[in-house]
Amino acid sequence: MVVKVYGLPISTATRNVMTTLHEKGVEFELVIVDLKEKCQKRPEFLKLNPIGKVPVYQDEEVTLFESRAINRYIARKYEGQGTPLLGRTPTERAVVEQWMEVEGQYYFPSIWAINYQLYIRKMFWGEGPDLDIVAINEQKLTALLDVYESRLSESKYLAGDFFSLADLSHYGHTEYLMTKSGKSHLINSRPHVAAWWEDISSRSAWQKAKNYGSNPQSAPVTISDAPKKSTTHIGAWPGLTSGGSKMEAHSWGKTPPSISLMTS
Amino acid sequence: MAVKVYGIPLSTATRNAMATLYEKGVEFELVTVNMKEGAHKRPEHLKLNPFGKVPVYQDEDVTLFESRAINRYISTKYEGQGTPLFGKTPSEKALVEQWIEVEGQNYYPAMSPLNYQLFFKKMFSGEGPDEAIVATNVQKLNAVLDIYEARLAESKYLAGDFFSLADLSHYAQTEYFMKHSGKSDLITSRPHVASWWEDISNRSSWQKTITYGSS
Repeated sequence: MVVKVYGLPISTATRNVMTTLHEKGVEFELVIVDLKEKCQKRPEFLKLNPIGKVPVYQDEEVTLFESRAINRYIARKYEGQGTPLLGRTPTERAVVEQWMEVEGQYYFPSIWAINYQLYIRKMFWGEGPDLDIVAINEQKLTALLDVYESRLSESKYLAGDFFSLADLSHYGHTEYLMTKSGKSHLINSRPHVAAWWEDISSRSAWQKAKNYGSNPQSAPVTISDAPKKSTTHIGAWPGLTSGGSKMEAHSWGKTPPSISLMTS
Repeated sequence: MAVKVYGIPLSTATRNAMATLYEKGVEFELVTVNMKEGAHKRPEHLKLNPFGKVPVYQDEDVTLFESRAINRYISTKYEGQGTPLFGKTPSEKALVEQWIEVEGQNYYPAMSPLNYQLFFKKMFSGEGPDEAIVATNVQKLNAVLDIYEARLAESKYLAGDFFSLADLSHYAQTEYFMKHSGKSDLITSRPHVASWWEDISNRSSWQKTITYGSS
């Protein structure tokens, strides 16, 4: 059974999981869950994740939600191939876990709030930002990034001299902070954080996930009620980058059954 | 070198780390950080944890902060002794990790502000709760607990039929919520969540953290 990821190419957490799979060289199929149509709240999806969020990961052994848990599972299951993502020793692994928690408990809540107000709300529903929320979270993120600057001045990556899941977990939202929320100065004003971001965001696994293509010949299965317009209907969402890159053959295999639904 | 935990018994995260050490039968020394005097924000502690929080865990190999990371490390290092805390198979471990994340990303963000507003805030500053924050988080917590009720109706513990780090991660916040928030009905009104809490909170590892320090 091929690995399935239920999610959306623009979802930060979906991107992080796709990145992990690319880092490990694991083939997968992306099953689109139309968030705009709130398909993640439908019974068939809630069976996969009762919390009603993307992504969900599925292989022959397990169905999992929560991207950080999914990424740990992938990193461990495919320990013997691709990029090591959990360090090389138990001690290194411990430090990876520590910085994953820093991301999950401090970085993510602040950066999510900023991105939600300044980009996601507008993109999904055309709503304007609550600037008070932005201000509070910018303050928190600023204090946090001071600690990151200090850490990254003594360590090339967050957990040490090696790239790991700790760094990877920062991808999805940092990308939006840098390119959509108008707050890139928070990163760029800190030389070590900026250099770290430059380094990790150049990795090909992230580039593949970020530039997830919209090749109509390889359209994935879709969970959606949205009227099936042309194959470019995903690309019509403001801010969604199609990247123009061809989807790699390994992601899709043969023509999936939904191809007739995706074409007008 | 003996295991050291820098923290205080009042701190929820410190107690969760202590509970993990008790589950694994690992002796440790609790090094008090005088948070009332602001010790956690001073250079000496910031060297251990630049975020200025407790607990910090230290053994001969590593110094770590963030209790969930500390607990994962302890559970892995002492895999061969005490209670297994990650299940028995890779699939079970995956579910443990999933529910640890559910706690960290859904349960804790709703319950922790309630505990702060309804208990800790008054203790630290004498101020009363912000009712808007309380209302918002009661709503969030109710939604989360509905999911827990459904899960625990089909599974004795969160990750399956075995106690794990996933359950343990809920200890300290839930303890304060049940005893001090005045909102314990959110738990007790849900029969499966209530009996799960009854079960796990009676484990001796948790009980030891409650009576820590009393002879």
